[in-house]
Amino acid sequence: MGWQWFHRLGSPRWFYEKTDAWIPWLAVVSFALLAVGAIWGLAFAPADMKQGNSYRIIYIHVPAAFLSLAGYYIMAISGAIGLIWKMKLADMVMKCAAPIGAVFTFISLVTGAIWGKPTWGTWWVWDARITSMLVLLFLYLGVIALQQAYQHQDTANKASAILALVGTVNIPIIYKSVDWWYTLHQPATIKFTSESTIHPSMLYPLLTMVIGFYCFYALVLLISTRTEVLEREKKTRWVNELAAAKAAGGKV
Amino acid sequence: MMKFQFESLTELMAMSGHGPYVWACYGITLVALLYLVISPLRRRKLLFEQLKRQQRIAAHERAGQNTVENQES
Repeated sequence: MGWQWFHRLGSPRWFYEKTDAWIPWLAVVSFALLAVGAIWGLAFAPADMKQGNSYRIIYIHVPAAFLSLAGYYIMAISGAIGLIWKMKLADMVMKCAAPIGAVFTFISLVTGAIWGKPTWGTWWVWDARITSMLVLLFLYLGVIALQQAYQHQDTANKASAILALVGTVNIPIIYKSVDWWYTLHQPATIKFTSESTIHPSMLYPLLTMVIGFYCFYALVLLISTRTEVLEREKKTRWVNELAAAKAAGGKV
Repeated sequence: MMKFQFESLTELMAMSGHGPYVWACYGITLVALLYLVISPLRRRKLLFEQLKRQQRIAAHERAGQNTVENQES
């Protein structure tokens, strides 16, 4: 008893039908938060005393970096669940989380480079934080590559889950890099254990963007996993009935 | 706190010289996020089209085998 939901989660069909109603809500909430946060950050938050207006890049750089790390946890944990309990759905989540995480890591690296030009005078340095983020991007790309390298889906899942788990060693390095090797990238300004060193007028739009990015991540991970479910189960009756209903003009 | 920080829209675009950097970041991010939404939806659409084609072919074959019973397709 109590574990029924866990076994149900293993059923891709149950997942597909259950999450159907969540999509429009998540879409509206994440779009609203991102729009409000971006306009707030771009036009209404005060300019930074030292950096002027270039600091406005923070409103996408920091949320994207948060999500590239959170996305890695999700990928590695679902990989572990797939390895241990042989849960099909967890393997699908791992597979779908890899390209999404790679895109968020790419966003944080690119916006960081563009921000670096007017601020540090250079696009790129082999700073500890930046280099460990580049390693994170390669880990994501490695998982994507392993997923495509095997004929057998089970072998591919096993290999990429192991890579994802081994790669988690990089996560504390990324967090701590700005303190261990204080080379160029500044340490965190938002702290959970002590008072943040960012003014509320900049913090609130930033938090709006962070929550918006989280909702957006959930949205795209859901959409992607749902598509993956359909593709894996395309020979089953329920997916074919869904396609027939769609062909007949029904909403899916 | 909620004060518009720029004198005009032109100044908002220019961002006192930092405009190209800031807007490039927002533009690249927008394109990347749109890609994340559109690509799985496109994959789903292609899958449904493929299944629909298969179903049509299957229905056609069934109709060809026993023309008397299957009049509806």
